Amino acid sequence: MPPLSPRDARAELLQLSRWRAWEPLVWLLAFAAPWLLPSQALMINEIAIVALFAVSLDLILGYTGIVSLGHAAFFGFGAYAGALFAKLVMPDPVVGLLVAMALSALLGALCSVTILRGTDLTRLMVTLGIALILLELANKLDWLTGGADGLQGVILGPVLGRFEFDLSGRTAAWYSLSVLLLLFLVLRRLVNSPFGATLKAIRDNRLRAMAIGIPVRSRLVVIYTVAAAVAGAAGALLAQTTGFASLDVLAFDRSADVLLMLVIGGVGWLYGGIAGAIVFKLLQDNLSSITPQYWMFWIGLILVLLVRVGRERLLRPWTWWRRSGS
Amino acid sequence: MITILFDGIAYGMLLFVLAVGLAVTLGLMNFINLAHGAFAMAGGYITVLLMQRLGVPFLWCLLLAFVLVGLLGALLERTLYRPMYSKPQLDQVLFSIGLAFMAVAGVDYFMGSSQQNVQLPEWLSGRTEIGHGAWMLGMGHYRLFIIVLCAALTVVLQLLLSRTRFGSRLRAAVDDPRVAAGLGINVNVVFLLTFAVGSGLAGLGGALGAEILGLDPTFPLKYMIYFLIVVSVGGTSSITGPLMAALLLGIADVAGKYFIPTLGAFIVYTLMILILMWRPEGLFTRKGGK
Repeated sequence: MPPLSPRDARAELLQLSRWRAWEPLVWLLAFAAPWLLPSQALMINEIAIVALFAVSLDLILGYTGIVSLGHAAFFGFGAYAGALFAKLVMPDPVVGLLVAMALSALLGALCSVTILRGTDLTRLMVTLGIALILLELANKLDWLTGGADGLQGVILGPVLGRFEFDLSGRTAAWYSLSVLLLLFLVLRRLVNSPFGATLKAIRDNRLRAMAIGIPVRSRLVVIYTVAAAVAGAAGALLAQTTGFASLDVLAFDRSADVLLMLVIGGVGWLYGGIAGAIVFKLLQDNLSSITPQYWMFWIGLILVLLVRVGRERLLRPWTWWRRSGS
Repeated sequence: MITILFDGIAYGMLLFVLAVGLAVTLGLMNFINLAHGAFAMAGGYITVLLMQRLGVPFLWCLLLAFVLVGLLGALLERTLYRPMYSKPQLDQVLFSIGLAFMAVAGVDYFMGSSQQNVQLPEWLSGRTEIGHGAWMLGMGHYRLFIIVLCAALTVVLQLLLSRTRFGSRLRAAVDDPRVAAGLGINVNVVFLLTFAVGSGLAGLGGALGAEILGLDPTFPLKYMIYFLIVVSVGGTSSITGPLMAALLLGIADVAGKYFIPTLGAFIVYTLMILILMWRPEGLFTRKGGK
């Protein structure tokens, strides 16, 4: 195969970023869902939020290859930022969301220096450590965050000054879905741009990426910051739509769950996070209605099977019985 | 003052025994095993069950915890872990978290979620005090016992790894499995034994630590971070590295909780991040190692 000329490369990127026929349909269906299933609106809201969270993890894990066990740091930070902003400054949700995103981005930029050095293990530890430090902070600063009881009494104004949050959660669901769609479009553009291509080059071989002149460190800083902002947005959405923020938004379980969703849905594919979030939440809802302990057992089993079968093959059952080289 | 140091050392020693198995699998075999805490928990529950249901004496319980958990480790290594060695680290993380989740839920199901108590024998529950004032040294007999036992284990492990034929085989198998196999070393058996001993030590640590750390089904997740800190800060290529890291962590944790209780575990995590940013490979790395 002859080498790609710049023109071919551009054509390929454009090809990747082109909308498939099924994509608008999926989104239409998503937006129709709170209307078709009004009793499930709260669930839909929650799925939209965790989907956004999973998509943000995909940016660093799927596209850049950074293994993080502490992505909840940004989710939780965004949640507290959103809740505190609504409580102390002003109740407008959209402004609150933007402020939470900006603050999370700032935190992400600060933390990005920690992922530039070391091995996968070091990064695993450092990301986990940052999430735990924030958890300790949120726990100890109880005059600000409410400590272990959580931050209560968050009351929000109507979205864009028009749409009041209702008890059934339909406004919340549409609000979260809109934010998800908006950020998804931005990120889709981002990962299919030349910038996104350099991220994949870094993921596949960092040394080679460096050798062909990609500024690896600054790319990592930028994508980590963006991912942090998006995770912060997801957290802020959760705090805004539930009117509550508690320590569990920062807990290790959150980081593990989102990793799981992404892996179930498929990494390195933005829809993977969304698909994983849907499957994960529905599974969790059904299994944990029996008892929470069972839920943990089954999710563990799913993980073990997932890895044994092979992550990329799970979504393609027809390859299970085929002999593979690996 | 010295009492805090003493307690910190005991705590650190305990962490070392708990984490050393992980140091071996992670550092030598390069496998991220987040389920390591589950083996420790198994040791703790074996002790509790044996003592409460069957009335087995404490010391026998410790030995049995080591042996049984070692066997369990060997079984799991053979069936589940071995195919994972060559997988990417993300897969290893997911796989071992999955195992840890299953262990947590399983123990919760069979044993209940309440905290289990270990009844120490008479001769271990006392306390000796030497000196007075700020220089008083209060030694809990049990903590003294832990220090002595763990120090002995450390020496044995160090000798085992550096002086015996098995140790050199292990190091060869780790450095380059293919060449080691070519030299007639049965790499699979070496890894199997190593993994079994590592899990056994975790089990022993869990049995020893049940009284100090507390034992309930969330144990593997609660202490996972501590084991990982010990291994990653200590550097993963020797036994002395994790030992030093465990002692440092133990003393910092006990002292931190005593002097600045409001900050809690904060100090430990911050310390870890700073150390890892300063030396990503850990504090004590062997020159020329991987």
